[in-house]
Amino acid sequence: MTTFIIHIVLLLTLPPLLPGVINKTKALFAGRRGPPLLQLYYDLFKLARKDMVISRVTTWIFTAAPVITLTTILAASLLVPLGPFRAPISFAGDMILFAYLLGLGRFFTTAAALDTGSPFEGMGAAREVTFACLSEPALFFAMLVLAKLSGSLELTTMLHAPMTVGNPSSAASLVLVALGVFIIMLAETCRVPVDDPNTHLELTMIHEVMVLDHSGPLLGMILYGAALKLFVLSAVLLHIVFPFQTGSALSDWALFVVEILGVSVVIGVVESIMARLQMRHVPHLLIAAILLCGFGFVLLMRAS
Amino acid sequence: MNGVWVILIAACLMMASGLPAVLGQRRSRTAQRLAAALLIAGSLTGLAGLAVAIVAGSSGIRSLPWQLPWGSFAIEVDALSAVFLIPVLTVPALGAIYGLDYWKQAQHPENGRGLSLFYGLLAGSMVMVVIARDSVLFMISWEVMALSAFFLATTENEKPEVRRAGWIYLVATHAGTVCLLALFALLRSVSGDSALAVLDAGSLSTGMAGVLFVLALVGFGFKAGIMPMHLWLPGAHANAPSHVSAVMSGVMLKMGIYGMIRIFSLLPAPELWNGGVLLSLGAITGILGIAFAIGQNDIKRLLAYSSIENIGIIIMGLGLALIGRTLHRNDLVLLGFGGALLHVWNHSLFKSLLFLNTGAIIHATHTRDMNRMGGLAASMPQTAGLFILGAVAICGLPPLNGFAGEWMLYMGFFRSLAPAGGVAVPAAAIGAIALALIGALALACFVKIHSSVFLGVARHAIPPEGRHDPHPLMRYPMLLLAAACVVLGILPQVGLPLIRRAATALTGPLLPGELPLLSLAPIHRIGIASLLLVLVSAAAIGMLRARIRRQPAALPVGTWGCGYARAQPRMQYTATSFAEMLVKLFAWALRPLTRRPDTTALFPSPEAFSMEVHDPVLTRLALPVFRHIGRQMTKLRLIQQGRTEFYLLYILFMILFLLCWNHFAIGR
Repeated sequence: MTTFIIHIVLLLTLPPLLPGVINKTKALFAGRRGPPLLQLYYDLFKLARKDMVISRVTTWIFTAAPVITLTTILAASLLVPLGPFRAPISFAGDMILFAYLLGLGRFFTTAAALDTGSPFEGMGAAREVTFACLSEPALFFAMLVLAKLSGSLELTTMLHAPMTVGNPSSAASLVLVALGVFIIMLAETCRVPVDDPNTHLELTMIHEVMVLDHSGPLLGMILYGAALKLFVLSAVLLHIVFPFQTGSALSDWALFVVEILGVSVVIGVVESIMARLQMRHVPHLLIAAILLCGFGFVLLMRAS
Repeated sequence: MNGVWVILIAACLMMASGLPAVLGQRRSRTAQRLAAALLIAGSLTGLAGLAVAIVAGSSGIRSLPWQLPWGSFAIEVDALSAVFLIPVLTVPALGAIYGLDYWKQAQHPENGRGLSLFYGLLAGSMVMVVIARDSVLFMISWEVMALSAFFLATTENEKPEVRRAGWIYLVATHAGTVCLLALFALLRSVSGDSALAVLDAGSLSTGMAGVLFVLALVGFGFKAGIMPMHLWLPGAHANAPSHVSAVMSGVMLKMGIYGMIRIFSLLPAPELWNGGVLLSLGAITGILGIAFAIGQNDIKRLLAYSSIENIGIIIMGLGLALIGRTLHRNDLVLLGFGGALLHVWNHSLFKSLLFLNTGAIIHATHTRDMNRMGGLAASMPQTAGLFILGAVAICGLPPLNGFAGEWMLYMGFFRSLAPAGGVAVPAAAIGAIALALIGALALACFVKIHSSVFLGVARHAIPPEGRHDPHPLMRYPMLLLAAACVVLGILPQVGLPLIRRAATALTGPLLPGELPLLSLAPIHRIGIASLLLVLVSAAAIGMLRARIRRQPAALPVGTWGCGYARAQPRMQYTATSFAEMLVKLFAWALRPLTRRPDTTALFPSPEAFSMEVHDPVLTRLALPVFRHIGRQMTKLRLIQQGRTEFYLLYILFMILFLLCWNHFAIGR
């Protein structure tokens, strides 16, 4: 029960900190002071109080989409274990529900973008669905590896499997999968080198351009949803790259918080030292993710 | 009373339902209503009989006296028939109600009566296909089904493209029939009679079993639309009236699946390559089917290709089930087969819904080109809502029914990794990757179709008579189908007992407690999660909308155009532009025809960009081959005299030759 409560509290409070950490890291690299660490919290409070501007072109999908996207990510985040603890909801086959909940969110985000009739948002939506076609197979290869390692179809058990890996070839395949999942995470959360959340050139963006027309609480939900997605996917990644536990619950939670902030620092470093890829090169990066996870799978199959 | 007799009566009622229309006036509304009423009466009778048969378990084989020299009139309803009878008995009836307003006989005096006649024949013959237990009876029903579908697909036969699509269908379906005739002839030579009964493992050599498998795969594959046997499907579906497309795609394609399962259940345990072939073919059909769908601009061709994709998913499930059968892993059989059958039901629901919906769209806009649509949600909000429901369902997304079936297949593919319960087949796990890719592509495809039709601003003015939701007669069938999608999404476990019983066709009899499907795949939890998701989202959307209503009314604003103030409808992202990146990714298979504007001159004239995806199997393979054969055949003109006496003479020669051959060569 305590685990459940801490899980929910972390989900509700911690995610907006991650973009703050990323931005602070980037500012540090650039020699700037940067926005406050808690900037996203301030933004969310401000947006929650604002009215909404809604284009007369749009239908109910435009207002419903941010809600549906947020609820799907929230639901998905209840399936992912944080640190060595069990996820609040877990049953055999929940990893597929996890992937498809993110898909449902994508359906409505892109539909809402096209609902505005804006060519820019159409571009973003087209890119989002196209790149998802490449990241989805990579994600499922990673799931196959974890399912094989753990002999289970529950996300909690699957993600805890790396803690008990003994033989080197399983470890090698986990290294490949970790790299692949990192790329998937960057693509799904629209970070550099796939997308640049700071750019103001609508022609080159993916996620930011899809939500150009949303304002007020709608935009707030989208921003919080994006931060939550970053949080959840970071948690997934941590299970693969940092499968350790201390033994006591309290220090495990503390370790988890430190780890997840560490992932944000790494993302910030990546964003500082890399440029965004040209749009036509993004598929190559995602195919690299498929290759990494796919070879991870092959390696594991060979080993067994 | 035995359920199978009731279902036979239902089949006769459905087949005869078009007769009042034929006997009535060309423009008679009563005749059309009578036909629909008879069809619905047939469906309800059949459902009652089906309920009796399901409760009773199997009906046992029943036969009637039969005057033909071969075969027998043997019929039976078992769990497998029952699974397929459910869509056969429901979807055509809903389509008939829809047709009352969509294809009013008063407005189509030239073909309305024929449509009623063949529609009833199609529905009734599909019932017969599913209950026939004799290969001769099966083939007769099969041909009635195939031919009535031909006449239905060519309803508007005054249009050349409709006739062309009809001929392609006719050739394709008979290419399949040839394989089926060979299949049944071989089956008869093995078993000694024409009954569709389980073959004795001893009487069948491995080579013969392989030949039977391939013949069944190709013969039924033409009907189901497995690639590359799908070439008739897009044209026939696009050119038929929409409720006919719904029945063809939602139900008739599944007859191919049914035939395959029926034949596989008769053969002894298959070899590993059988399942492997099915799994690979299913994956290819699924991935390329949806890739072709993304490239289409014609809304009905897009839906037809998406049907090919869904057939691919079903075939993948069957492949997994056959692999499981070979390796004696009943868990794989149950999950693969269960997922496939669940998807048969689900697809018959959401694809019919989408095709019926498309009929309403075409009525409103008078075009099938998605690049000319847009903004329809404003004038037809209910149609738009029903369409997005169908689109979410067909993408296999929670909380609707499509997810439940695909989820079960995923469970099967993931379980093939584990050696628990027998031999592991890690290669089969690749099915999960294919399914994931199909899912992501389907999402792109249906966001494209829904958004380019219903969202944004109208690209071309909608005629004033089309600016409203369709008549209730068209709307209620769609509502029923949509409701079924929701119910099967929240309560996917309702059909599982029947599906588990049907699976025994492949697993052999299971003990009562053995491998309960719900413990293999806790599908009811999906339903609970889906329900919670719907409730939470609905509550949040309700609160948000209340808040929007409360906020002070601002001036109506347009979409933010990044500073550009004079946005026009034609600046929107079109269906083609949305799909462009994906079409290019799949250009190696789709071979898109791109027309680029030539703007090199100093003062370029108005130009247009276009990107079309045609079917390479049809345009690059089948048509050239047939043209070549056609040219060669002109040499046979020599014996084509055009006079009946000569032809009779040829027959006489032929008979004499056969007589001599019989006498000398065989020497009896």
